[in-house]
Amino acid sequence: MARMKFICDAERCIECNGCVTACKAEHEVPWGVNRRRVVTLSDGQPGERSISVACMHCSDAPCMAVCPVDCFYRTDEGVVLHDKDVCIGCGYCSYACPFGAPQFPTNGTFGLRGKMDKCTFCAGGPEANGSHEEFEKYGSNRLAEGKLPACAEMCSTKALLGGDGDVVADIFRTRVLTRGKGSEVWGWGTAYGQPAGGAKPAEATKS
Amino acid sequence: MSAPSLKRWAALAAAAVALGGLAACGEKPQEAGTATKKVDAKAWDGVQRSSYMAEGWKAGDRESWEQQLKARNQQQNEYTRAR
Repeated sequence: MARMKFICDAERCIECNGCVTACKAEHEVPWGVNRRRVVTLSDGQPGERSISVACMHCSDAPCMAVCPVDCFYRTDEGVVLHDKDVCIGCGYCSYACPFGAPQFPTNGTFGLRGKMDKCTFCAGGPEANGSHEEFEKYGSNRLAEGKLPACAEMCSTKALLGGDGDVVADIFRTRVLTRGKGSEVWGWGTAYGQPAGGAKPAEATKS
Repeated sequence: MSAPSLKRWAALAAAAVALGGLAACGEKPQEAGTATKKVDAKAWDGVQRSSYMAEGWKAGDRESWEQQLKARNQQQNEYTRAR
């Protein structure tokens, strides 16, 4: 069984925000909610890099661990989803998530905070597949239509890959080996800086 | 301030309060429904409106759904597409 994952190739992302727009349009995401965002590092400087970020559908998801009403679940394909009828909109998940994935629409009267909304990997939620109720609460269910997430399929440079983790990792690995670089811009060193004390970072493995 | 002007302001204020009260009429219910989360349908069961379904697989057949996604995944691989 596939384990669905996203990976963004920072060497290819051109910050066009096509993925963000595709997500917004596909699910009719309300104003103020961004299930996907493009983050740019070193903006305007040489070596600028952009990556597209949304829910990473973690294998050991911290949002699931901290939810006081246990509204999260994981599908057979490893997609982390939640039941909005159980969610109380407390916001614990947004504090726990390292990617800022959980979003809270101000869709109540006088700007009242609504229930949590996040990327569903285009897999809908706990309503009948493709039903009106599912679309209203979670957006469209492309996986049940035999399709992959709209953001990845719409990406013009194919920087954003989405699907079976093994397959997207293979596609990315082939690219890195073919062009001879790129694995170093998306990893531990980029996220957390170089190790202190003059130690050399581990080299990217080419397997 | 004269009496008619005061009356007008009072009427305007009352109208504003009434309009504010109407804002709640558009409120969608957000109360917790069930105490426990519902069971989700399997992705390979397909969707209700078959017109949205991608061609090349059969709803309810897990094997064909997995093959469909695998083939679709390779469309993101230009090294395969350009071959």
